[in-house]
Amino acid sequence: MFSETIELRGHIIDSLILPKVLDQILTRGAAFKIAEIKIGQKRADQSFARIEVTAETTEALDELVLRLRQHGAETVERADVQSAKAPEAGVFPHDFYVTTNQQTFIRLDGKEIEVRPAMMDSAVAVDRKKRAARAVKFFDVNEGDEIVVGHQGIRVVPVQRSTAHTDIFQFINTMVDADEPKTAVIRELGQELCRARETKGKIAIVGGPAVVRTGAGQHLERLIEMGYVDRLFAGNSFAVYDVERALFGTSLGKNPERAFAGGGHENHMRAINTIRASGGIAAAVQKKVLTCGIMHACIKHKVDLVLTGSIRDEGPIPGVTTDVVEAQKIMREKLADITHVLLLGTMQHSMAVASMLAPTVKTVCVDIDSASVERAVEHQPLQSIGLVTDVEPFLRELADCIAESEKVGREK
Amino acid sequence: MRQLLLCPPDHYGIEYEINPWMSRARGADKPLVQAQWKGLFDTLSTLDCQVNLVPPQPKLPDMVFTANAGLAVGRRFIPSNFRHEERAGEAPHFARWMEERGYEIVWLPKDLYFEGEGDALFGGEVLFCGYKFRTDINSHRAVADILGCLVISVELVDPRFYHIDTCFCPLPDGGAFWFPEAFDEYGQRTIRDRLSNLIDVAAEEAAHFSCNAVVLGRDIVLPEGAPKLVEALRDRGYTCHPLPMSEFLKAGGACKCLTMFMPQRDGEALGPSA
Repeated sequence: MFSETIELRGHIIDSLILPKVLDQILTRGAAFKIAEIKIGQKRADQSFARIEVTAETTEALDELVLRLRQHGAETVERADVQSAKAPEAGVFPHDFYVTTNQQTFIRLDGKEIEVRPAMMDSAVAVDRKKRAARAVKFFDVNEGDEIVVGHQGIRVVPVQRSTAHTDIFQFINTMVDADEPKTAVIRELGQELCRARETKGKIAIVGGPAVVRTGAGQHLERLIEMGYVDRLFAGNSFAVYDVERALFGTSLGKNPERAFAGGGHENHMRAINTIRASGGIAAAVQKKVLTCGIMHACIKHKVDLVLTGSIRDEGPIPGVTTDVVEAQKIMREKLADITHVLLLGTMQHSMAVASMLAPTVKTVCVDIDSASVERAVEHQPLQSIGLVTDVEPFLRELADCIAESEKVGREK
Repeated sequence: MRQLLLCPPDHYGIEYEINPWMSRARGADKPLVQAQWKGLFDTLSTLDCQVNLVPPQPKLPDMVFTANAGLAVGRRFIPSNFRHEERAGEAPHFARWMEERGYEIVWLPKDLYFEGEGDALFGGEVLFCGYKFRTDINSHRAVADILGCLVISVELVDPRFYHIDTCFCPLPDGGAFWFPEAFDEYGQRTIRDRLSNLIDVAAEEAAHFSCNAVVLGRDIVLPEGAPKLVEALRDRGYTCHPLPMSEFLKAGGACKCLTMFMPQRDGEALGPSA
């Protein structure tokens, strides 16, 4: 949203100029906030109003302000953003502005431009020639790049809770604790994902190894098969355990189908070796070495796989990006167009992803540990739901709900 | 006795087009111009007022429309800042003439367009000011600052009625006659809220500039062609003097455009700040 502050002076109450200006703002699809108002006390006293006008686009704002000028609105000159040169590659100037994940605008030569993408814990680099501003990480900055410093000329627009329509993200109170019922929430969530797919939204799953180890993999596979997963973010172990299970029936030696199963501790190492020998996960699917499991479903249904590793990874299995800086870049890029994200049973990946999300992304976090859920959803206070529960029953119910709606949809 | 300012139409003609009425192809008939203006002068001279004449200037054909000279209140005169370059040359002549008659000249900032009494008419103690086509709303604020009175700004929406005096005429009994469609809905609401006993002028009569009238006590001098309005005014106890104005209508003016009150209002009436 782009904004401009206007001022009205004169007999604006008696002449109905103030209500006229406010009506015009609203009827043209913009919004206003009265920042200050002083009403004349005596008959001849003039009144004053300072109004912040916001519109969807800078063109709409310019056109509106031009119209409002006819009725005496004067725009308030606001200060431009301040900047300094990056002293060397990978170093921001002293007093650089640190971003949030909220929509941010900077004022450059008297006009606002949006910082794209909105990214947390970054600096803002300005390109005056292109009239563009982008959030940059340390590794993005080159010596001499123009970086925003201080707070002048910066406007941050927090995501507002929508009053126009109510989806589950607007009426659930962020956290559903372990001892609270979840079926209704999961059903609503299923419907939200159906709507997301209809409206060409993009759904990402961020999965931890618990998804595989609890035996929830089959439910995730159903979601993939039904077309409800556009991108899967996971670590090395998620892929390894899934392949292990596909090849040997175990994940880290445990067989989710059997209550008591022993042995097989070396299976995950053999699984990694098999994939390495096949030339990667996709090659293993192609060669029919890998014939089931989540990885197989992803390859078969063309789900974008984003595998990033950590220091304790075995292998790694081919396809895992182990350079953390490179991994961050890839994740950011792959998250840019995501509208819905499900963070399932992984504290590390959930927190990494949550910190990279735009504040408008609808986020669901499911974890057995309430602290993990809290930390993951705190970046998205108005667009998130946290469920403290085992990931297996959650995914089972969600896949059942979606399968049911798909069936109803087909019958119609 | 009310003092009026008129300007003989010696140099009047349709020499440019700055409103929808003007067409250089449809020039004014010079003898008829003189006859119609003399008709106005003679009529006003019989009423309770004194007519003053400002010398006409060559190349300023619209100087005849003295209502746009400025706004005189008390002993102060706020000259117009004309929107159109074609008329800008009139301002110094009017200002000098008023200054010579002892008026204190108070200029508005140059960037604020204001076309005098044409867009500023008192209804009771309130100054009704039109804006958009000729006058900037921001000039209203400056006028309010100078005069210390309540200024009601109303938006004009029909380009044929480009000054407030073409569609609105306050009456001394607290009412007015007007053509509501010339104002936007907020302007209409404001005028209805402020004035009682409004006479709505029908579109076909408003098109004859019937609202462009000079009110002197119970006498109203207005262009001919508004029988319904004349009847309504007669019912209110006014004496109407309809005059042929065809040659001035060609330039978008009539009786009131050809007349300025000097002053329109006593300064004392507006209170100590005026």
